[in-house]
Amino acid sequence: MKYASSIIPLVILVAVIGALGIGLTNDPRSIPSTLIDQPLPVFDLEPISKDIDGLASHELQGHVSMVNIFASWCPPCRIEHPTWMQLSRSDAVPIYGVDWKDKPEDGAKWLSDFGNPYSKVGSDYNGRLGLDLGITGAPETFVIDKTGRIRYKYVGPITLDVWRNEIKPLVDQLEGEE
Amino acid sequence: MNRLRIFLVGVVFVVGSSAFTQAVAVLPDEMLDDPALEVRAREIGQLLRCVVCQNQSIDDSNAPLARDLRLLVRERLTLGDTDEQAIAYIVDRYGNFVLLKPPVQSNTIALWFMPALFVAFALLGFAVYIRQSSRASSAPTALTPEEDAEINALLGSESESEH
Repeated sequence: MKYASSIIPLVILVAVIGALGIGLTNDPRSIPSTLIDQPLPVFDLEPISKDIDGLASHELQGHVSMVNIFASWCPPCRIEHPTWMQLSRSDAVPIYGVDWKDKPEDGAKWLSDFGNPYSKVGSDYNGRLGLDLGITGAPETFVIDKTGRIRYKYVGPITLDVWRNEIKPLVDQLEGEE
Repeated sequence: MNRLRIFLVGVVFVVGSSAFTQAVAVLPDEMLDDPALEVRAREIGQLLRCVVCQNQSIDDSNAPLARDLRLLVRERLTLGDTDEQAIAYIVDRYGNFVLLKPPVQSNTIALWFMPALFVAFALLGFAVYIRQSSRASSAPTALTPEEDAEINALLGSESESEH
């Protein structure tokens, strides 16, 4: 009885350390998006160059698509860029780009230097669409369903692992939805 | 005396440094012409978390995204939003996470009431401890005859060995 009660502080200590330890493994950068299952904000973005179409929200209706927020000034965007090139070659799903808080000519040059994985690119020079999408930085990636609702958000550079394990299964599921 | 002096220096340091951190990141070109609206924008700005540097308010942070959010708050106020509407506009996009003071709701109950629970728990433990120790000291029980005999035997043998 005496030993049982003296062990209580130890149990509490271990519980607190355990709880704090779990807290440490959380990534403070991945903020849960409140926009999941919400319709895309309405937007109509200018193109970044003559050769690539601009992007408007009504064009994201009727098919499953991915929207990638990028910028020429963003090093992690450069890291994920080869993955986008690979995905665009596989033609799995239309990929749209938003050139975020970036001079349109810089974005256009970036795409002509490294390749353009996007079928349409809108210029969000003042970052307003970024705010409406609740983004905290670039890159971020959204999966849009056939009705134009946001169904998934990924913060940070996408990898083939993320595509295979998280996005592809979701896209397949969304393709089956009416 | 010396301790008091150290304490006072500490107080001055803490007060002084917190006054210093009040320096805001709001740039002149962001400010609204209407001073009353600007004051409201500042108050709102101090309630909203900068999502890039997460422990600063958007009013304190000079991250570009914080600036965008400050401008958005000012735009909403200029359009005639109340403070609550302007804050709700941002929360709709960034979630409760942007509120530096989280609202009391089902998933934040632990956050809000855990400290009180801890204090109550500590007080309870303290009360139990006080009761136990006072009971132990105030009421010494009488020795049994066997114990008396044992003590006498010990004292007797000790005094014998000493002398």
